[in-house]
Formats: sequence, C-alpha cells, structure tokens
Amino acid sequence: MDANNPILLMAGTQEHDLTRLDEYRAVGGYKALERARALEPQAVMDEISAATLRGRGGAGFPMGRKASLLAKGTGKPTYLVINADESEPGAFKDRDVLRMTPHRLIEGCLITAHGIGSKSVFIYIRGEYAHEFDVMRDALEDARTAGLLGGVTIVLHRGAGAYICGEETALLESLEGQRGQPRPRPPFPPVNGLYGAPTQINNVSTIALVPKIIELGAAEFSKIGVPSAPGTAVFSLSGNVAEPGNYERQLGTTLRELIYDVAGGIAGGRELKAVIPGGSSVPVLTPAEIDTPMDYDSIQAAGSFFGSAAIIVVDDRCCMVQLALRAEQFYMHESCGKCTPCRVGTRWLVQLLTKIEEGRGDRSDLDLLEGVCDRMLGKSLCALGDFAVYPVASYLEKYRGEFEAHVDGHGCPFGGASSIEGTFAPSDQHAPNLAETVHA
Amino acid sequence: MTQIYERIQELRRKYPQSRSAVMDALRLAQTEHGGWLPPEALREVADALDVTPAYCHSIASFYDMYHLEPVGKHMVEVCTNLSCALAGAQAVLDAFAHELGVRPGETTDDGEMTLRAIECAGGCGRAPVVVVDHVYHEPLRPEDVPGLLQELRGRE
Repeated sequence: MDANNPILLMAGTQEHDLTRLDEYRAVGGYKALERARALEPQAVMDEISAATLRGRGGAGFPMGRKASLLAKGTGKPTYLVINADESEPGAFKDRDVLRMTPHRLIEGCLITAHGIGSKSVFIYIRGEYAHEFDVMRDALEDARTAGLLGGVTIVLHRGAGAYICGEETALLESLEGQRGQPRPRPPFPPVNGLYGAPTQINNVSTIALVPKIIELGAAEFSKIGVPSAPGTAVFSLSGNVAEPGNYERQLGTTLRELIYDVAGGIAGGRELKAVIPGGSSVPVLTPAEIDTPMDYDSIQAAGSFFGSAAIIVVDDRCCMVQLALRAEQFYMHESCGKCTPCRVGTRWLVQLLTKIEEGRGDRSDLDLLEGVCDRMLGKSLCALGDFAVYPVASYLEKYRGEFEAHVDGHGCPFGGASSIEGTFAPSDQHAPNLAETVHA
Repeated sequence: MTQIYERIQELRRKYPQSRSAVMDALRLAQTEHGGWLPPEALREVADALDVTPAYCHSIASFYDMYHLEPVGKHMVEVCTNLSCALAGAQAVLDAFAHELGVRPGETTDDGEMTLRAIECAGGCGRAPVVVVDHVYHEPLRPEDVPGLLQELRGRE
C-alpha cells in the first residue's frame, strides 16, 4: 500500500475484476469476516469505535457511537440498513463501490451484522442504478452459494426515484412501502427504526470500509487521514475540471490539491469561480477558501459541510443566479411536501430567483430572498429544508455583487453567454407556468 | 393477470411485512403494461398486496420512475442538474428535442420515444449523462444524438 496515497475502498479494483468472488478472495477478501466472526461482537464494535469511522454519507457521525445507541432487549430483531440511495447532485462515489467492489460492501454488512447482533440486512439502492443493482444481486448470489452469509439475510431493495429517500427516516418509510416522507425524531432509528425495531443505518462507503478496519486494525487505520476523521474517502470531482471522476484520497487532502493536482485543474484554462465541496446542498466556497482540508471538522470551520465528498467545480463563465435557480429547482422538485416551510419556501425561492434572473427584480427582492431563507432554515423535520437554503443563501452572501448587477441592470450581466444559460429543469415538465405566477 | 398476481406473491416473501413489496410490484406491473401504470395495473397490484388502488396510486405518484401517463416505446432521459449543466447538458437536450420534434416531457406522435429531463443520475464524472431505457450513456454529446436515435429506431 502506497503510504502517501493509501487506497482502501477501491483497493484492487484497478488490477482485478472484484465483482468476481474468486478474484475478491484472491486479494484477501472475506478474511476480515472470518477474523471478525472469531471475535466477540462487542470486540468488533470496539475496533470500529477505536478507528473513529465517521459516516461517509453526509453527517459524519461516528459509526461506533451510532451502534452504541441501539436499543437492547426489546424482543424485536435488530436491523442493519445500508443507504445506497445516492442522489446528492455531484455525488457518484457509492455507484463505483456497488459496481466495482460489491463483495467489499457485502463483507462489511456481514461483519457489522455480527457486531450488532443482526440477522437481517437491507440494502436500499436508488432505482436509477439498474446496472449496479444487477452487479450486487449476482455478487450476493455468489456469496450465498459459497456459504458466506452465515444465517444472515441480505435483501436488496430498489428505490424508484426520490432524492428524499436518502434521508434516513424517509428511507425507512420507503422501505416499509410508504411514500418516502421523513418521520419526526425522536424516536431515532436505533430505538425505533424499520418496522418499529432497533435499526442501524449506514452509507455504502462507510460499511465498505469496515473490512479494512478489521484487516488493518484500528491503530493502523487511524494513521491514515486526520485524527478527527481517519481513513480515506472517494472524492467525486465534477463540473469544470479537466479530469472529472472519482478519486480516493486521505481525509484532510485540501480542495486545492483535489482540484489542481488530482483532477487536472480548471478545464480549458478558465478561471476558478466557485467550489461546492460536498454536493449541491452545502454552502459554496470561493477560490480564496480552497486551501481548506477536506475533512468534516475543517470544512465545517470554513463554513460549509463535507457532505458526500462531491466536489462541484464552477468556472468563471457561470452565472451564480442561474446556478442558484437550477439548484433550487431541484430542491423544489424533490421536497416531499410534508413540511410547509420546505414545500412553500422552495417554490418561493424559485419564483424570486426567476424574477431576478429575468431582470424584473429590485433590491428589495434580495432582502426577501434572505428573509425566506431565514424562515426556512431549521424549520422542517429533515435536513432537506436546510439543504434547499444553503445554495441560495451562500451564493447570495458570497457573490452578492452579481445578484445586485441583475437587479440594478434589469437583466443577467452575462447577456445570454452564461455556461448554463437556459438550462431546462425537470420541474418545468410538471408545472410549466410556475415562473409566471411570481409573487409581488 | 394471474401471472402478475403470482409473481407479486413471490416479491412479498422477501420482506417481513408484505407492504414493503409495493415498489417492486409497481415496477413489475409497469413493465408488463408497456412502461406505464394504467388504472388496471394499479388494481392488479392492489389485489395482489391486499391494499387499495388509491394506496398504490399514492405510491406511484410520489416516485419519479413510475409513470401514470402513457410513455413511448423508448425512454430518453437527459440529466440537467448542476454538473451536467456545467458540461453542456442543455445542448444535448436541445439536440434530442430538435431531432424528435418534441419538448421535454412529451412523446413522439408515432409513440416511439418519450423525452424527459431528469435530476441527477449519479454520473457527474462523465457528464453530460443520458439514460436510455435505464442504460447510462456517459458522456453523450449533441453530435452523438442522431446516431443514438437511429440505433434505437432500428431496435425491435
């Protein structure tokens, strides 16, 4: 293993076809499971806790601490649910884990199931990932035939297109056959989760790291990354970089290194304008902020979130009002409608941004944008209500001059030459007249 | 119909509670009914799962991948979310709209193709992404559009 660039999640995928069980075994696959099963369950969880494995799905909550909250002695089964509903705009890391190293995920599920005393695992795969579902189904069948499941049932569940189902309680609702709408918390899933039973929920990339922790031991694993967040992450780089793609790097790698050294810098020799570091739902960072290390605490100290390590790079040809509008159209489309601030607020923001982009706004609309954002933040059951605010509020804060130029000049200063000019949003297919019903 | 009923019973057995099978069952019914869910498809699923057709409708209307209106024989979906937009997705969507003579959300008069804009499909590293009949084409450029459509029309 290259000490400067250790590869954990995607180890062996360059040299081998790890969708095949024999090849996965040839690189040491399922040995960690054997070792884990020889240990007491608590010893397995102690190792994961000692490794400070933080959730790779978005919130960065330590997996071991999450498991310690599981209710005991309820007389109900304990479930393990894997969130493979990857839908955050900019994120495509779990897709590579699913399609390139499915057995690593299955092994992680089986080790975790042993650790938390679960006999029943569900993997919720977003509906669009049809190929990835097939790869997982075949790998699971091979693992079953080889007798690796050891009495644990793993069910693959397919979603059907809903961003909200990546939120853990909406995911549980969906898995129970309901509309994917979030539940009030408490009670939290470790106490009252799937079918009312104690439930551990983790992201694909979190669980797929578990075999490496058992293989290396927590002490070795902790030498990788940063002390507050050991290990690696698969960073998804997209947008205006020369070489977009997934790159596994240690946590704590700076945005500058990721954008310029890893992904080849800005495409076409353009200037960097903005970086969205964790998927479209997190606050934007400016070029002056890209020396920030990509780990949960550093990126939060810089005013944004690690999110799903999905780094969207924006060059100087892009209008930030258009970018905010396109982001907000997504959140409007994906709001489940349960909480009024999110359901109504997202529509209001789309209408205001449309008005500003079209040159029909004035300075008071910028204040109104801020006001609507303030009244949405923290007012909904799940984080989508906040995710819908961060792009708009942060673009407005950091690129205010561009918003002001729209209202003062009665039109887009890019004059039709923005790189995302005229982008059509799926929401237009459902409510084509929305822009014409602008408030005020 | 009996056949769908039996296959849905099989799907139910995957889960501790049979209602969990509603998404799989709707997907199956949609495939059997030419890519969309007419009222009789919702009734079939409801019968097989001991729920009401209205319940099935409430599920089908929530998720993007179920269709409650007829669709074309082929489904062409163009992602226009941020990463794809930055990589030129609008030109790709325009190329499809031009070649097919429809707007996004519409089906060609001959019932062959439905064109849709979709939200992030998770192919941002190979943008712009186009999904045709659930198969990803990434990246797909405007100049690739005529050839892709010709190939689709040649399929059975």
